[in-house]
Amino acid sequence: MHLRDSESDAEFRAELRAWLADAVTTLPAPPDATDWPGRRQFDTVWQNMLFEAGYAGVNWPAEYGGRGATPTQHLIFLEEAAAAKAPDVGVGFVGQMHAGPTLIAEGTPEQQAHHLRGILTGDHVWCQGFSEPGAGSDLASLRTRAIRDGDDYVVTGQKIWTSHAMVADYCELLVRTDPDAAKHKGITWLILPMDTPGIDVRPLMTVQGSAEFAELFLDEVRIPVANRVGEENDGWRVTNVTLSFERGTGFVGELLDTTNIMGELVELAQRTPRGAGTVWDDDGLRRDIGAIAAELDALWAFTKRNVSQGAKGGMAMGSGSAFKMSYATVVHKLGDIALRVLDRSSLAFDDIGGESTGAQIHHKLKGFAVGIGGGTSQIQQNIIAERVLGLPRER
Amino acid sequence: MDLDPSEDQRELQQMVRRFSLDRFPADTVRDFAAPGHFDRSAWRELAELGTFGIALPESAGGVGLRWIDTVLVHEALGAALTPGPLVAATLAAGLVPGVLEGEVVPAIVERPTHGAVVVEHLSVADVLLVIETDGIRQLDPSSLDATLLAEPTDPATPVSLVRELPLGELIANADTAKHLRLLGSLLASAQLVGNAEGSTALAVNYAQEREQFGRPIGSFQGLKHLLADCYARTEVSRSAVWAAGVLVDEPEAGDLHRAVAGARVLAGRAAAENGKTCVQVHGGMGFTWEVDAHLFLKRAWILETAFGSIDEAAEQVAESLSASLA
Repeated sequence: MHLRDSESDAEFRAELRAWLADAVTTLPAPPDATDWPGRRQFDTVWQNMLFEAGYAGVNWPAEYGGRGATPTQHLIFLEEAAAAKAPDVGVGFVGQMHAGPTLIAEGTPEQQAHHLRGILTGDHVWCQGFSEPGAGSDLASLRTRAIRDGDDYVVTGQKIWTSHAMVADYCELLVRTDPDAAKHKGITWLILPMDTPGIDVRPLMTVQGSAEFAELFLDEVRIPVANRVGEENDGWRVTNVTLSFERGTGFVGELLDTTNIMGELVELAQRTPRGAGTVWDDDGLRRDIGAIAAELDALWAFTKRNVSQGAKGGMAMGSGSAFKMSYATVVHKLGDIALRVLDRSSLAFDDIGGESTGAQIHHKLKGFAVGIGGGTSQIQQNIIAERVLGLPRER
Repeated sequence: MDLDPSEDQRELQQMVRRFSLDRFPADTVRDFAAPGHFDRSAWRELAELGTFGIALPESAGGVGLRWIDTVLVHEALGAALTPGPLVAATLAAGLVPGVLEGEVVPAIVERPTHGAVVVEHLSVADVLLVIETDGIRQLDPSSLDATLLAEPTDPATPVSLVRELPLGELIANADTAKHLRLLGSLLASAQLVGNAEGSTALAVNYAQEREQFGRPIGSFQGLKHLLADCYARTEVSRSAVWAAGVLVDEPEAGDLHRAVAGARVLAGRAAAENGKTCVQVHGGMGFTWEVDAHLFLKRAWILETAFGSIDEAAEQVAESLSASLA
């Protein structure tokens, strides 16, 4: 067991660090969080720079245009990018982390040729049409209906939590093709071009006061059968194939972001007068922050453990769930401490007193996104209890 | 980077755990602290496995592995609820002749700033090591004004009250004392992780077997979620302890002091919370002396105080945050 870099990893890190230091200085000013076209433009510029430098799709296989780097090097990439304060994957998230890997595993050569390069260059933005108002944790109960009509599927239904839908070019869409089959057996995975007639995108305001998500209304949308990935009614398996592509790095960007926010909170506490000294002089609060830092360190070590296992063939069952639910708890705890540090400065999302107080409240609310999105913490608990600990199913 | 144990390391853990469960079964653990119950021959056998000299070089009679391997061994010992001065023996093996072989049984304690001192395992010890700011001092337990306490919290950990610690003979310098305190904290944390895993396994077993309302109680989500939390706490704290263990061997790869302190926060909480859950899941039976749940919980409480509390550890991490910003 080692924590130090191997020689080749150290070399990869040094080259990357040098490139990043230079690259981030050439970036334009980041757009306002509510300016979606601006955000797409900004993220595409950065993704293009990564592509030109050979850092796009670091963990994608080389034969599909990626760098073919090891899971460890992918971790180093994410670590160094965060340290250099480089932009995160942004609107490229679904394409790079989910749709692309799915097409690599299950797409036809034509689909791969048409889509993969655009995802890597940043020119194609994807969104995810999985969840529905009636299908959240129980995703397989989805009801968006696709009826075959000649060379097309005609799709009608509603999707929700579709991030970046307002600026996406394509949507990975799960539809029901056989309403009579068992719920996991009648689902099909389709590529939906977002300029197809019959799509209505309505932004969905979140508790953070921003429109990160959208609702997607589909009214007799015609999708060519050639856009089907995998066989008809085999979409549930296709969806889950991608999970094996995940090698423990899924939350690295978020974890490093939270670590940065914690660092900012410490600085804020040290500058904020309270009583005879500063907030940082409060023993109880300081120790609580120390414990949070210990938890974030532990989650970083957990990530390294998962990546190490991933590099040897696969993460242990339950590790992803244990990580996600623990991480959600830490974000919530950090947010609770932020309110104690901010005190009356927490009454607005605006920055108060020349300090970056708004970011702390935004991050506090993010705890809900972590503990709900992609499978709630309670679903993760069920997965651990049944699949790892071997406890009997409730039904 | 590789934070996943090798096959050899996993086998080492299993070997230690099997041996311990065989030679120190729950029946003997239960009243290990009672006078005359310390099994010197079992202790010598544990020593003969190499348990106390995992990271000592072979030239010094050790196994010649690394500190991370020692951490993994203590995790296995913690999971098996192995009794005895395990951390003391591992720390003293390189300093006091006979400890490595299990012939000399050590106890170890930090000198308190004032007042009397509570010492684990003093009643069975041949030598007492005192960690001080200026180094490590050695004392003869028979020369001390010590009282064996009648009701130790953990029935497997005998506890004595020493009214006043004499100065003793200096056997190691301040740097060694500091390093051993760090290692002592880490090894106790490793045992806490094993303890957290052990109490979870006990609770899961019971939840699978015990039936109420016509089905196993483990099928109820209320229990499932408690036990899933136990699993998550164990795995997160295990990660912290392993990372700290590797940093002992590779201090250039991170902040060892912060890692050891952080590991204590996580492992201490995990063992205490999982032990509580284990009692709760057992219901009324969990409140009885005969079920092992309380043994895990009480050992967790003892280990949590070894070489620094959770509060002290959290403070150390906070200080390191402050220092890294300065």
